Amino acid sequence: MSRACWRSRIAGRCGLLVMLLLPLVQPVQAEYGDVVLNRYAEKEGMRPVVFPHWFHRERFRCKVCHHELGFKMRAGSNDVKMNDILDGKFCGMCHNNDVAWGPENCDLCHSGKQGLSSGIYGGDRTGGPGRW
Amino acid sequence: MRAFIFPGKRWQRFGLAIHAAVFSLLLLALSGAACAGDWRSLSNDGIHDPTSPAVKRLMEPRDGLSRLPPDDVGNQVRWVHALEQGLINPRTNILPETKVDVLDKDILMDLYGSMPIVRFPHKAHTQWLDCKNCHDQLFKMKTGTSGISMLNILDGEQCGLCHGAVAFPLSKCDRCHSVSRNSPVVKSGGVGDVPKGGK
Repeated sequence: MSRACWRSRIAGRCGLLVMLLLPLVQPVQAEYGDVVLNRYAEKEGMRPVVFPHWFHRERFRCKVCHHELGFKMRAGSNDVKMNDILDGKFCGMCHNNDVAWGPENCDLCHSGKQGLSSGIYGGDRTGGPGRW
Repeated sequence: MRAFIFPGKRWQRFGLAIHAAVFSLLLLALSGAACAGDWRSLSNDGIHDPTSPAVKRLMEPRDGLSRLPPDDVGNQVRWVHALEQGLINPRTNILPETKVDVLDKDILMDLYGSMPIVRFPHKAHTQWLDCKNCHDQLFKMKTGTSGISMLNILDGEQCGLCHGAVAFPLSKCDRCHSVSRNSPVVKSGGVGDVPKGGK
């Protein structure tokens, strides 16, 4: 077999290798609209909170949380404290063992990686000068 | 130059080119497949702690989203379609006394730009949101007085508060810029408030 033919085969195998490795090198990304709350959590020795917008949106319209419950729309503009939740405010309006499971299930919300900064996550944000 | 890129005899160059073409196509197909309908598991999404007990107990995005109308951006779900088709029926209120308003009125915007005109459907928005979520802090009630600009939107203000964060992203230009400047509704002076579905 000629040298050029081998070259062709090697090029082909390299292409195959790149193709197989491609899924592994994609950047890790959260689900679109996931919000991390970590203003207080980690300082208090808990994992940061991950709020999945997609899961709640299948069950509640935006207006339930952003109108009835009083969550401001911009991530980071709500000062959510655990005591408020226990008092039935913010998340505690539903997470009360009535509408949804109660606040004693600490780990279900406090499930984020250590060191995450607060804000909205998700891989499909539009590039550009957006601020979150 | 060509001989430098594809060295060897003509048939060998041909073979190499075929190889390259096939692999490029496979590569494209694979990268496309990796984007569409490919929800990351919670243990591998970069924000959940894989050692957290929640990872095993919480619903996986794939289990919740794969049954809904597909999209190629955001959660890969056409949320408005899912609602319209009755595939989801999210609650409108928790408190029984909350007034639930839905407004069925379209607004045409961006009448003098170069892109197709924006049709803002109140209905699709008020099915999800309350009037107070947008009025008056983001947009004034009177059409044409809010100073909406693409620069603000890209900066996460106005429409960009949701579109680009939780609602479909700003890369889907034609979902908002959807009405041709030659359409009858525009030529007949249909500025501002227009009948439902004006195209």
